[in-house]
Amino acid sequence: MSKLVKKTCIVCPMGCHLEAEVSESGEILSVSGNTCKRGDAYIRDELTDPRRTLTSTVRLMGAKDDVCLPVKTSGGIPKAKLFEAMEYLKTVTVTAPVTRGDVICENFLGEGVDLVAGKTVS
Amino acid sequence: MDAKKIIIIGGGPAGLAAAIEANNQGIAPDDILILERDRELGGILNQCIHAGFGLHMFGEEMTGPEYAGRFIDIVKERNIGYLCNAMVLSVSPDREVAFVSPTEGFCRVKAGAIILAMGCRERTRGALNIAGTRPAGIYSAGTAQRYVNIDGYLPGKKVVILGSGDIGLIMARRLTLEGAKVLRVCELMPYSGGLPRNIAQCLDDFDIPLYLSHTVTEIHGRERVEGVTVAKVGDDRRPIVGTEEYIECDTLLLSVGLLPENELSREAGIALDRITGGAVVDETMQTSIPGVFACGNVLHVHDLVDFVTKEAYRAGAAAAKFVTGETVPGGNIRTGTVLSTEGKNGVRYVMPQKLHADGALSTETALFFRVDNIYRDKYVVLSVDGREITKTKKRFLEPGQMENVRLTDGAIDAIKTGKTVTVSLADA
Repeated sequence: MSKLVKKTCIVCPMGCHLEAEVSESGEILSVSGNTCKRGDAYIRDELTDPRRTLTSTVRLMGAKDDVCLPVKTSGGIPKAKLFEAMEYLKTVTVTAPVTRGDVICENFLGEGVDLVAGKTVS
Repeated sequence: MDAKKIIIIGGGPAGLAAAIEANNQGIAPDDILILERDRELGGILNQCIHAGFGLHMFGEEMTGPEYAGRFIDIVKERNIGYLCNAMVLSVSPDREVAFVSPTEGFCRVKAGAIILAMGCRERTRGALNIAGTRPAGIYSAGTAQRYVNIDGYLPGKKVVILGSGDIGLIMARRLTLEGAKVLRVCELMPYSGGLPRNIAQCLDDFDIPLYLSHTVTEIHGRERVEGVTVAKVGDDRRPIVGTEEYIECDTLLLSVGLLPENELSREAGIALDRITGGAVVDETMQTSIPGVFACGNVLHVHDLVDFVTKEAYRAGAAAAKFVTGETVPGGNIRTGTVLSTEGKNGVRYVMPQKLHADGALSTETALFFRVDNIYRDKYVVLSVDGREITKTKKRFLEPGQMENVRLTDGAIDAIKTGKTVTVSLADA
C-alpha cells in the first residue's frame, strides 16, 4: 500500500500544495500539485534529506550604530542541524567594516555551504 | 533648501525604487530627495533578516537587508539625494513638504512631484480591546523583530503569538531559533492570513501549534505578563463561553494586521480608500492631488516586496513624466473619462481604484486585488459595465496572497467607452 504525503512547497511564495505518493519501502512513486519543476525537486528532497537556509544575526563590533550583523547560509543545511548552527553563531563575532556577500565562515558546520554577511556596514 | 523636482517620503523599498526609476527617466540625482525617518535607508527590510525576498525581481531568494542593499547601493552610486533622521511633518496640496532633521533643522521644500512611500504600521493592542492588565511583555511582532534582529535582545522566553500574519509566523520561527519557547499561535479567523510557505517553514518545521478560530481574551500579570486566557471563537468571531484556557507565558506578540500610514496624506486632503487604508490612485499611481503619487505599503499592504518595487517603479516613472511635462496619453492632468474599479463576489478591493479611458493602459497594466476568504476552483472575471471581458481559472485563492489580473486588448477597448471595471469571482 502506498501512502499520500502532503507538503506545502516553500520554494517560492506561490506555496503550492504538493502531494507525493510514497511506497511502503519509502520510494517516491509520483508527485502532483506542483506548478513547476522546483516543487517536484523540493518534495523529493524534503522526504529524504530536508534542508533549510538559515538566517540569523551575529555580534558586530566597531560599527557606529549596528550591533547585529544579519547573516545567512549560502545554501541549505540539514533541518536537524538548525539549533546546533544557532549555538555556533553565538561564538561568532564580526568587526566592521563588512560588505554584503563577505564570507564569515567557510564550509559552515562542514556542510559545504558558507555563512555570508547580509549587509554592508562601514 | 532649494526646491526639488521630486521629493520621496520614505526610504524603504518603495521610496528607493521610486527614486531610482525617476532617475532612470531623466531626473537628475540632485533634483531628487528621499526623506527617511530612520537613521539609515532600507526601511522595514533592515529588520527582515529572513530569506524570501527577490524571487520575482532578481530570480533568487534574498534576505531583507540584501534586497534593500541592492537598491541602496544604486542610490549611493548615482548620488541620488537622501536625508536620514528626517521626519516629515506635513505635505501641502500645492506640494510643499515640511520636515525636521538634526542637520537641516526645520525646512520647507517645494517639490515638482511628491511620492508617498511611508509604508505601514502595525495594529496595536489598543485596536483589539483585549481585557486585562497592562504589564510589560506585550509587543507587536514587528517591534519584537526589531529588538531581536537590530538591537540584539530577546524580548521573552515563553511566548504566545496572536495573529498568523507573515510577521507573526516569521517571529515564531525566529524566537524559537533564538531559544524562546513559542507555545502557540492563535488566529481569530478560520484561516491564516500568512503565506502558506510560512505556515510550513515557520510553524510546522518547529511543531508550533496554530489554533485557528482562537483569540486572546485576557492578559494576566502586574509588572510582567504572567499568562493569557485563550478562547475559541464562533462564526461571529466572538469568544465561546466555556472554551477559555489559561496559558502561562511571559510574552504576548501581536501580529494582527498592518495599516498604511497615511496621516500625512489625510492632512494633505488626499482621498483615501476605506478598505485599503491607502490613497485612491489611478493607473499611474497618482493620487487625487495632481503630482502626488503613492506606492508600496502606504498604498495597500503587500505580501511581497518585489511587487512593492514594481509598483514604485511605476510611481517613479509617472512622477518623472509629471515634472518634465512629457505628454502622456491624456496629458499631465487628465481630462478624459475616469473609470472606477470595484471588487465583487469575494473580491475585497481592487487597486488602482481609477483608470483613465485615455490613459497609458496597456496589456502590461494589471489590476491588483485581494479576496475576502479562501476559495477553490474559481474564475477571476474581469468585466466592464457588467459585460464579461476575460475570465481566468484559479485553483486556490487566499486572502494572504495578493492576486492580479492583466488588461487584455479587449478590456482596454471596452474601457474606452465604459464607466466601471469590475473584478469578481465566479464558480468554475
